[in-house]
Amino acid sequence: MSDALLEVDHLVTEFDTDEGRVRAVDDISFSAREGETLGIVGESGCGKSVTALSIMRLLPQPMGQIVGGRVLFKGADLTQRTLPEMEKIRGADISMVFQEPMTALNPVHTIGKQLTEVLLLHKDITTQQAIKESIAMLDKVGIPSPDIRMTEYPHQLSGGMRQRVVIAIALACKPSLLIADEPTTALDVTIQAQILELIKELQNEMGMSVILITHDLGVIAEVCQQVVVMYAGKVAETGSVYDLFDSPKHPYTQGLLSSIPRLDSVPKSKLNTIEGMVPGLLDLPAGCRFENRCPRADETCASSPPPLELVSDSHKVSCYKWQQK
Amino acid sequence: MSTPILEVENLKMHFPVKDGIFLRTSKFNKAVDGVSLKIMPGETLGLVGESGCGKSTLGRSIARLYNPTSGSIKFEGNEISKLGSNALKPIRQDIQMIFQDPMESLNSRHTVGDILEEPFIVQQIGDSVYRKKRVRELLDIVGLPARSTTRYPFEFSGGQRQRIGIARSIALNPKLVICDEPVSALDVSIQSQILNLLIDLQSEFSLSYLFIAHDLAVVKHISDRIAIMYLGKIVESGTGENVYQHAQHPYTQSLISAIPVPDPHRKSTRQIISGDVPSPIDPPSGCTFHPRCPKVMDICKHTVPSLIHREDTTSTACHLVSEEVVSEQVRSE
Repeated sequence: MSDALLEVDHLVTEFDTDEGRVRAVDDISFSAREGETLGIVGESGCGKSVTALSIMRLLPQPMGQIVGGRVLFKGADLTQRTLPEMEKIRGADISMVFQEPMTALNPVHTIGKQLTEVLLLHKDITTQQAIKESIAMLDKVGIPSPDIRMTEYPHQLSGGMRQRVVIAIALACKPSLLIADEPTTALDVTIQAQILELIKELQNEMGMSVILITHDLGVIAEVCQQVVVMYAGKVAETGSVYDLFDSPKHPYTQGLLSSIPRLDSVPKSKLNTIEGMVPGLLDLPAGCRFENRCPRADETCASSPPPLELVSDSHKVSCYKWQQK
Repeated sequence: MSTPILEVENLKMHFPVKDGIFLRTSKFNKAVDGVSLKIMPGETLGLVGESGCGKSTLGRSIARLYNPTSGSIKFEGNEISKLGSNALKPIRQDIQMIFQDPMESLNSRHTVGDILEEPFIVQQIGDSVYRKKRVRELLDIVGLPARSTTRYPFEFSGGQRQRIGIARSIALNPKLVICDEPVSALDVSIQSQILNLLIDLQSEFSLSYLFIAHDLAVVKHISDRIAIMYLGKIVESGTGENVYQHAQHPYTQSLISAIPVPDPHRKSTRQIISGDVPSPIDPPSGCTFHPRCPKVMDICKHTVPSLIHREDTTSTACHLVSEEVVSEQVRSE
């Protein structure tokens, strides 16, 4: 598609561990369109964060390695870039926001220093201009009295304010893609609402694309247009947010959606569950990864991994039995 | 009417904050500041609030892991807030806790068998044969294989570890179990398994729960009644349905509207409250929610609202529902 800003194409990422080589991300493909928000949803260990780190080429070295596939950003393959080239892209064209703002910020530098640093690195401007732009950026992300905050340290701010600073740093150079990895998981729900609203507003204003990684289906439904559901390193299902919430085809997506308690559900009623556990990456099944927990599984599912099949133009599912009710 | 299993009245738990070079106590962290609640036998009371609102401290004070500053805690009609450790020992059998992170609350050097046997040893119940038999029964109840006894906590997944924590908490047939964020650390698909288990155990062993969590949807699902806490105080309580449908307190309203709903068609008309939860060391005057409240009035800044009970068994601590204010407004008009 021509309007794809980022295209992840058959990406495979492996890690060397003490117990052997594990494939954390196994042949995944999806694309993020310009100006849209793409959600990647999945449970812990499904490979959603590794996907983000692979795109950014920030995998822990030397354990993490991209061993196959391409990551096309504006048509050019990021996996082929040299590290100095990547450094020019990171923070300028693609930025990332992490879950825990306290660890993302450097505790011994002031907010001002950390904000101006990224501007001075990527833009040809004077320190005075950088400070001015930084204050404007802090104001934009809703931090009261930004000129005073510039001289403060991360520990002097609350969790929500820290996440706003991280977002200000990420967006300082007006990137065309923002990758947010569980940006609100560590925050309270009223603060989460503030931060999600802020990201939405800034996205509308700056026209950037967002990849939002989360385990919370509620967050996905509220802010995303496209969704990728990951399970044990693979894409289980992908489609528009309406495709996935209105007519989920993969038994895992269906299981996830029916197992969350909702505000309007009958109290103390039995929740649907997905029995069993995610398989370990060291002993993955030969067939479908979800086979051992799937109510529809049979011999076909155990023999070989199911391909991504087209349900509609926008909707793909990796399941042999998706047409079964 | 039968006696409540738990009745808490005006409970306060203030922690001293040491300051200055002589470490003098100049201020108090008023983590729990005048909380009253009641739990009937077989009932679940859900306690919801954001981090730092004092919900965990309240749970731990009721379990008498802390010595409360003032107020009363009546367990089956008997006052337990002032009891010493010897007098508390029989009570400890009846009140048990489940913690958020089973990795931290289970001793990693003990086998699962040792962990589950320990409550019996502490309370000197039964001989070794009886205890081993009970341990196997407990594992079966929570859905773990009997061979787990010789294994260590790290060999289990998060959900299984939480099952071990639950098995330990019900080992001595308690009457009240305080669940402190028991599913927050778990993935969605595992969370529903644990919630179902807790609901089953409640009806099987007629347990009462105090269920503490920050997730209103989870709490509403498992509770008969819920209480919303903000900065050391309960601001609203009632049945789950009443609180959710007819929330009167602006904090409850904004909490409900802030929850992301897993339905893309419901494009929300969010009521986003600004600001952060203030520090309980130096809480705002009057109603502690007034600096963030979208409907703040003058009276809120200096007068603490009291809990007003309404006909539908909901209680709200807000000047908006207090009759004096309403009638005053009518008079001034």
